[in-house]
Amino acid sequence: MKRRHFVAGLAALGAMPAAAQRFQPAQDITPLLRELTAGATAQPGGIEIELPRIAENGNSVPMRIAVPSPMSAGDHVAAIYIIAERNPRPRVATFHFGPASGKAEVTTRVRLAGTQTVTVLAELSGKRFRIATTEVLVTAAACLDESL
Amino acid sequence: MMLGRLLVPPTVRKGEAFEIKVLVQHPMETGFRRDMNGQSIPLNVVNRVVCRIGGREVFSAELGSGVAANPYLAFFATADAPGEVEVEWTDDRGDRGRVSAAFGLA
Amino acid sequence: MRALAVVLALATGAAAAEIAQPQPLKGGIEFQGADVRALQADAFANPGMLWVARGERLWSQAASGGPSCAACHGDAKRSMHGVSARYPKHDAALGRVVDLEGRINACVTGNQKSAALAPESEPLLSLSAFVASQSAGVPLAASIDGPARATFERGRALYFERQGQFNLACNQCHDRNWGATLLAEKVSQGHPADWPAYRIEWQALGSLQRRLRACYFGVRAELPAFGSDDLVALELYLAARASGLAGSPPGVRK
Repeated sequence: MKRRHFVAGLAALGAMPAAAQRFQPAQDITPLLRELTAGATAQPGGIEIELPRIAENGNSVPMRIAVPSPMSAGDHVAAIYIIAERNPRPRVATFHFGPASGKAEVTTRVRLAGTQTVTVLAELSGKRFRIATTEVLVTAAACLDESL
Repeated sequence: MMLGRLLVPPTVRKGEAFEIKVLVQHPMETGFRRDMNGQSIPLNVVNRVVCRIGGREVFSAELGSGVAANPYLAFFATADAPGEVEVEWTDDRGDRGRVSAAFGLA
Repeated sequence: MRALAVVLALATGAAAAEIAQPQPLKGGIEFQGADVRALQADAFANPGMLWVARGERLWSQAASGGPSCAACHGDAKRSMHGVSARYPKHDAALGRVVDLEGRINACVTGNQKSAALAPESEPLLSLSAFVASQSAGVPLAASIDGPARATFERGRALYFERQGQFNLACNQCHDRNWGATLLAEKVSQGHPADWPAYRIEWQALGSLQRRLRACYFGVRAELPAFGSDDLVALELYLAARASGLAGSPPGVRK
């Protein structure tokens, strides 16, 4: 089932029971975020993330991200970054937009290597940043669980 | 040439965002899988996707192994005149793919 | 007149009378979650459609040793409509029951004078997905009469035979416990109507035979070889058991 929410702040961790996936622990993504924002502060909120609460198979999890914005030359979303703290490679994808996009919205299917918090970072024109997170419970982990 | 599918509305309204959908046939090999003989299958993913309308880039993406196999992307663009949506992509081995579709103005 | 009516009733009801069809008959997609159901129904984003698209191209391409499929069969939308719903079927020229992939290879080697397409190869899966998609919405109607009877009975015997280290028969899960939760799965009724299908776990489209081999693995039994008589027999039994069920190949499963 899909769950849509406007995230006002970083979601509190610990509400979801952790599955016993011992092979890939969550990593600290703070250095990565600092690198992407060049040290600037990312404001929480302003990002809509649609991701199932429970992913039946981590190999393909539908994800939609929308950042409301005038998308004008002076005020638009320049990029959206998806970061999965528990994936062997946390940088999942980066999407680039401009005024010609009309809307800063993208839908894709991601791989999730276990139950984790997924982070979305939005870079706006003028080097401003917004950030939001959501948690997903993954029953079959991608990347690490071999299929038969 | 890699196989891909592209969905663009036949007509769009001037200046109004319209949705473009792309589906590319690619295993997005993570580099973590092993073959029947226990050998590692090398990393090979579609790493860059670019969408242009009338030669102008309107959207692009850098993808990693965290994107599902047979990558699907849906995004938006605007246009002021009839034209052609062109989407190109490359993978780590340098293989390329390209799809295009024309649209009119409503 | 009455004798004829009885014979007709017996003939059309033959499959149903010989097989206890699960009631109500439910396609496998009904046991999948919302995201997978939405993906199967999405004519564009369904990943299986990539194989259908490639199959459509191959259909019109001349083979290495002979004409293209289109040269004999014309527009597949017309000529292949409803065809895969009658498979597996007994092929008079080959003298045995074949599934769709087997029939495609018979054409490739016999009529196109080309090397057989390997099991689960891209071209074979693409052609199979393309042809099967032409029967979306068509109720399954495999024949088990005449020369197909022996194969059907072999398939039925296999379906009810305990296999593997777990010593389980197909019917124990798929007739007696469909709908039950097993680990993170809901046990389906085991119908073939949506196949070939894109299995997210495989990250690719695969044939019904590949899925059946996975079932054999599931009970820790020796996997029958691709194209083996046993797999074809089981496919025929399953098709007859699912008589009347319409599928939507290419399906999507997790």
